[in-house]
Amino acid sequence: MDEEILQEFLAESMENLSQLDNEIVILEKRPDDDDLIASIFRTIHTIKGTCGFIGLTGLGSVAHATENVLGRMRDHELRVTPTSISLILEGVDEIKELLHGLETTGQEPVHDNSQLIARLDELMQSADGDAGDVPAEISEAPVEATPVAELITSPAVEDSKPVAAPTNMPEEAADPSKKSISDLSIRVNVDVLDSLMNLVGELVLTRNQLVQMVRGDDESIFAAPILHLNRVTTDLQEGVMKTRMQPIGNAWGKLPRLVRDLAQQTGKLIELDMRGAETELDRTVLDAIKDPLTHMVRNSADHGLESTADRRAAGKPETGLVRLNAFHEGGHVIICVDDDGAGINAERVRQKAVENGILTDATAAGMSEKDLVNLVFAPGFSTAKEISSVSGRGVGMDVVKTQIERIGGTVDLTSRRGIGTEVRIKIPLTLAIISALVVESGGYSFAIPQLTIVELVRVAAEDRHKIETINRNEVYRLRDRLLPLIHLDRELELDDEHAGEERDVNIVVVQAGDEQFGLIVSEVFDTEEIVVKPVGHLLKDIAIYQGTTILGDGRVIMILDVAGIAAQFDGGAIATETECQRGDADHELAGNTTTMLVFDAGGESTMAVPLSLVSRLEEFPTETIERTGERMVVQYRDNLLPLLPIDPTSSTDANDQIQPVVVFSEGDRSMGLVVKEILDIREEPLVIRMPSSRPGVLGTAIINNKATDVIDAQYYVEMADPDWFQKKSQSADERVLVIDDSVFFRQLVTTTLETAGYQVRVCNSAVDAVEAIENGEHFDLIISDIEMPMMDGYEFAQWYEQRCDDTRAPLIALTSLSGADLESRAQQAGFARCLTKLNTQQFLSCVQELCHQRGRQGASA
Amino acid sequence: MSQSATLTAPSGRADSINDQLDYLNQFVSFSVDGQLLGVPVNSVQEVLNPQSITRTPKAKPEIAGLLNLRGQIVTAIDLRKRLKLPALKGDQQSMNVVVRFNDESYSLLVDEVGEVINVSGETLQPPPRNLDAHWKPITSGVYRLQHRLIVIINVTNLLDF
Repeated sequence: MDEEILQEFLAESMENLSQLDNEIVILEKRPDDDDLIASIFRTIHTIKGTCGFIGLTGLGSVAHATENVLGRMRDHELRVTPTSISLILEGVDEIKELLHGLETTGQEPVHDNSQLIARLDELMQSADGDAGDVPAEISEAPVEATPVAELITSPAVEDSKPVAAPTNMPEEAADPSKKSISDLSIRVNVDVLDSLMNLVGELVLTRNQLVQMVRGDDESIFAAPILHLNRVTTDLQEGVMKTRMQPIGNAWGKLPRLVRDLAQQTGKLIELDMRGAETELDRTVLDAIKDPLTHMVRNSADHGLESTADRRAAGKPETGLVRLNAFHEGGHVIICVDDDGAGINAERVRQKAVENGILTDATAAGMSEKDLVNLVFAPGFSTAKEISSVSGRGVGMDVVKTQIERIGGTVDLTSRRGIGTEVRIKIPLTLAIISALVVESGGYSFAIPQLTIVELVRVAAEDRHKIETINRNEVYRLRDRLLPLIHLDRELELDDEHAGEERDVNIVVVQAGDEQFGLIVSEVFDTEEIVVKPVGHLLKDIAIYQGTTILGDGRVIMILDVAGIAAQFDGGAIATETECQRGDADHELAGNTTTMLVFDAGGESTMAVPLSLVSRLEEFPTETIERTGERMVVQYRDNLLPLLPIDPTSSTDANDQIQPVVVFSEGDRSMGLVVKEILDIREEPLVIRMPSSRPGVLGTAIINNKATDVIDAQYYVEMADPDWFQKKSQSADERVLVIDDSVFFRQLVTTTLETAGYQVRVCNSAVDAVEAIENGEHFDLIISDIEMPMMDGYEFAQWYEQRCDDTRAPLIALTSLSGADLESRAQQAGFARCLTKLNTQQFLSCVQELCHQRGRQGASA
Repeated sequence: MSQSATLTAPSGRADSINDQLDYLNQFVSFSVDGQLLGVPVNSVQEVLNPQSITRTPKAKPEIAGLLNLRGQIVTAIDLRKRLKLPALKGDQQSMNVVVRFNDESYSLLVDEVGEVINVSGETLQPPPRNLDAHWKPITSGVYRLQHRLIVIINVTNLLDF
């Protein structure tokens, strides 16, 4: 049996038994105290139960017989007499002896207790006579007793060795140097430890303050005692921390068994490799990750690993490997669960996500494989083709993610087809004292956890030229590699107080995951022991902070999360920053980004279109493009796809064998836009900086630091399909109010609606819309963005609902936000629908439906 | 209240004891941009003079930063920003009304802190219809005092942004 469980059992039982003697003695004096009998019964019952669970048959049988007698007493079927008490005490003594034996040898001592048990049973059965008045209850007892009869007899039969063991006892007990477990451990309420921890945190802060006061003043009479206080505080702090820390292995105990059972059920060969079991974690954190860990290992073994036959076919070793690895990294604990299975089929995830309505086709098309794979964390998502008894029923990874996030951790999944899947959990030490470097940037102090710091580099002012740039991004040659540099003040959008000054450059080289980068700060101060306090609710979504702390002088400073900062600049934040520096206060910059498809339109111009409007990218061999009169078409899926060049005057390059085409779809119609080359997909804030008068071009935006024309997809669809305009007449002249602060989307939505024949009134803010409505303007439908300055969509909807009761037009929320509660929140605010920007077809049908409904209502009223 | 019956003290004193027990009718009043606002007295932890506040770059603009309250970290909310009012002029400094919400402390930065106002006998009026839309969710209602109105803040909604 597991050593740890055994120790726990011993500690608990000893503790309970020490009280029991007392209780039984009191019982003798107060034989009618029902509560007391019940309490004694429970204690023995617990021991019996645990014995059965961990297979201690001898001990279990004694406990069971004692429990039976107590049970009868509890039910008033047996009187509490000194004789019966003595017998019970005998039973309890024997239980204690067995426990002591178990503790010293680690084995259950072999005693012949058949006599004792027989006497206890006799006493119990003697109750039957007295108990004529409660016959119903008796029938229960024997039923319960039957299985135990086997327990009682079997050890008695096996144990041919007679009452030899108890003689060992005095010898062992006589050894005073050996403390028993009950002496060594006490149970302490976690709350007590928590409050101790808080107090120590306060003490550390005060200590820091005192140390700072006497620093540099060796003459001070306080210097020596403070030094001593310093040492004691450090020891105390470590001690208290230790009381709460447990090795992560404690949460792994059950996994080998789980994997073994799984292997049998699924017929796979699975090896479980666990490393870093000694990595210590705060107890509360440990409790919180137990279940998610179990789930992840189960998932890897069940879904991750292929069947033995599939593995053989793929040329892999038959035995699949599930690996668990835990280690500390920069104030966090990282736990990796990886397998060498088939990896996640991103294509299947995509299909599934679209089927389940988690994604639209268009969004799915624009997602990277990594993003797609991470969709397995979406609520209600399960890729297993059938529900298996092993890995749950559609609840799974989303629960893992929520549980980890609840304790402030993150989950990241990487999958490589045919090679395996890795899930990486990063759990912050929400409660810890860490060593951190205090730096200054933009006039503010920040702490950087020492564990993430690799080295400090100082570049003298005259050596500044050694910092080189690649497309405005700074890098530094550090020995044999190129270190990317980030100005912390720019990253934090603070003012650079030393702008333009020729001064030394302080670079803090930090490690984030596998990468290193340099943070440029203006000052580097001391390393300090700081108490990590969790960031408040309103700040916890900011990825660049790991926590806050109070310095020795009482100042609050933020602790930076290096990995969070790294993640920010990975997403092209450096390019965004340069845009910010241009002094453009347009708030759209700060907010949403749009994924844009950037292409070379020929004629040396770069153009872009929001990827969400693109339905497919195709490459057709040049010879398949046919001409019918003026128009170019290509046979595509048993249909003809009309093709249009961006610039009608330019002809397709005859030298190219392959013609890239961007396909747009509208209803059941599609058209292909002929482009020279697909260049890039960029995710950036989309701001139309210069409206265009050219047909088909919405305006010019800066994408990837280049002026880029953003095309109006609608225009080209119309061009390709001359019938389009006839549709206009079909629609009634409903008035639609469009509220959006983004010029781009305003134009896009307006064009779409006007093309479909609606009358459109545009407002660039909810405040304007309020004014328009207050002025008595009437609308049949209102389409509003959510995220807007001054008054957001929710506020607008609430205002509107309260203002207009009878004449209310339905509201549609049109947003590029996403999130599970978005829809419900929008509905609560009074929106009839909530759509994402911008699936034109879905959008138009929704508009049509709501206008139609309203039309009918109006007629009936 | 039952207490007044058991007390032999003059009725005036009994009333003042009742007043003290009457938390539900008491509000800590403060002003922001000339408007009198109030929060329930039992949600207020304490009131502080201007404090040094650590800025939290990249946080939402309504978050003024963090302050150290005897070792406890408190998130400061700029009430003027939250209510979309102009910033405080000149070198005037904000007072702190520290409220407790969901086991965290938040400091509401206000212009001036007034007295605790007892509104017993008055009924809370719903926010008037013409109140600005962004004020509505964070307003529980309005009490009519003798000379002015006090707008009661819904702390839950105020801190949800």
